[in-house]
Amino acid sequence: MTAEEIRDLLVETFGEEKINGANLDAIDPWVEVAPAAIAEVATFLKHDERTKFDHLNCLSGVDYLQPDPKKAKTFNHEPHIQVVYHLSSYDLKHKITVKVKLPRWKDGNEGDLPEVPTVSGVWRIADWHERETFDLVGINFVGHPNLVRILCAEDWVGHPLRKDYEFPLEYHGMRCK
Amino acid sequence: MSVTVEDPRIVEFDVRTDEMLVNMGPQHPSTHGVLRLLLRTDGEIVNEVTPHLGYLHRCAEKIGENLSPVQWIPYTDRMDYLAGMNMNLGMSLAVEKLIGMEVPEKAMTLRVLIGELGRIASHLVGMGAYGLDLGTFSPFLYAFREREIILDLFEEACGARLTYSYLTIGGATHDLPGVIPIPPGLAQLTGRDPNSAVQWTEALTMFLDWLEPRIKEYHALLTRNHIFIKRTAGLGVMDREMAIDYGCTGPVLRGSGVDFDLRRDGDPIYTRMYEGYVWKVINAPFADAPREVVLGDNWCRFYVRMLEVKEAISLVRQAIEKYPSAKGKFRDSHKMSAKLPADEVYLETECPRGAMGFYFVGDGNTEPFRARAKSSCFCNLAPTAPLCEGYLLADIPAVVGSLDIVMGEIDR
Repeated sequence: MTAEEIRDLLVETFGEEKINGANLDAIDPWVEVAPAAIAEVATFLKHDERTKFDHLNCLSGVDYLQPDPKKAKTFNHEPHIQVVYHLSSYDLKHKITVKVKLPRWKDGNEGDLPEVPTVSGVWRIADWHERETFDLVGINFVGHPNLVRILCAEDWVGHPLRKDYEFPLEYHGMRCK
Repeated sequence: MSVTVEDPRIVEFDVRTDEMLVNMGPQHPSTHGVLRLLLRTDGEIVNEVTPHLGYLHRCAEKIGENLSPVQWIPYTDRMDYLAGMNMNLGMSLAVEKLIGMEVPEKAMTLRVLIGELGRIASHLVGMGAYGLDLGTFSPFLYAFREREIILDLFEEACGARLTYSYLTIGGATHDLPGVIPIPPGLAQLTGRDPNSAVQWTEALTMFLDWLEPRIKEYHALLTRNHIFIKRTAGLGVMDREMAIDYGCTGPVLRGSGVDFDLRRDGDPIYTRMYEGYVWKVINAPFADAPREVVLGDNWCRFYVRMLEVKEAISLVRQAIEKYPSAKGKFRDSHKMSAKLPADEVYLETECPRGAMGFYFVGDGNTEPFRARAKSSCFCNLAPTAPLCEGYLLADIPAVVGSLDIVMGEIDR
């Protein structure tokens, strides 16, 4: 299926309010899904005979914030966070990118991580990818069985891939800066 | 367990066992780097495995956001440090796709040649190290003897032996070398004069001619060895559904019977490099496997790698043949400060250990807004826990080794 057909299928199944938008002219065409519906949409994409997206290639978090004033003039995004799911199918040999847009902080309270339902029940590899995204980007995957840091140390503070992350001055007596 | 004691001279001991937590690693020789496995054991039986990663975490993705893609290439070398060439290639292709660049035929041929040679070197280490895990030392020495010559040839081509940064955006940093002093290892193995000089491609052909018949010996030492079969066949069995569900790629996926290789089924920018080459995708089940072997076990994964070496040799030979008549230059110019368009790209390439993905988000600046490296080993390591549970302690290295992980790539 082409990206356009997949988008149309999703809109037909879930309606416009759950499938918020799409960019089909991008190098990797993507479909945007409402955060609350992602687990439902992922289950559909994996199990439906027409899509059969059995492989989760990659799950990443992107923090859309440009703290550098020099670069800010070419940057035309409202501050937000995206979770990007790259999917493909071994049987049908097609692929799609699914995006979820979240606020940078839950309800605007700085320090409260934004929430999105987990897809670790759909693809088991999402378990580790979500742990990594939680660790580095700071996204709370609700319903994840074991959402703990995976790459950084357990007592690390902050989420390094946030654009406004400040490096600690020291860690257990070791100078970092 | 209760024992009926009839002989009064035998004192009955309490032979119940307590569960014990054992840390395997991070400084354990058979964890392939700094991996810590927390094992809950009952005697010799492992009931639960919890992998702990991150000892080599260098925040490569954060660094990538602050450098231009060309500057980030040396960091990709240090991810999978056993296959630096293939990592350079994957990253370069992703950036080329983002900026809409198409490299000339000569550069593509060079990339196939170098990439497949890197695959041979990487699989040789995988083979030798797996032998070490299972307690046989000689294959390791043979593998490193062979790999040494490949490293010598890489050194002549780009000056580095491990962290090459050779394949770059637009092609490669240098053309293949002309006349070189014969690598000492090659002179010794082929009985040439160690002070002689040869063409680089001629030395490579000499090496491949020497290596190809040796593969039969490795099969005799490992894959057909009775002890090796006992240690690997039927252990760590991962069926097709499980391998796909855990996002496994590369030899691990093909060892579970999935006929998929990105060099044939991947993105057009990658597959067009392999157009016109005669080769086949290796995947389990194998008709010539010993009868103890089960689809998707340690043996299958290992055998996929061994057969891929043979395919890679054939690909290198074809690339050597093609190279002199290939059109164009070995590199199209690309400015280090070139701006990335406001778009994003995710591209996977077939590295020796699996599908390595690079995800770049551009925002009109030189530095990518987001640089993400999806590690193949990260996904291949994820099923360790279910694969190891219920096995003997001594089988853990056999299972983890068959996944052929490199911690530098997992932790990034």
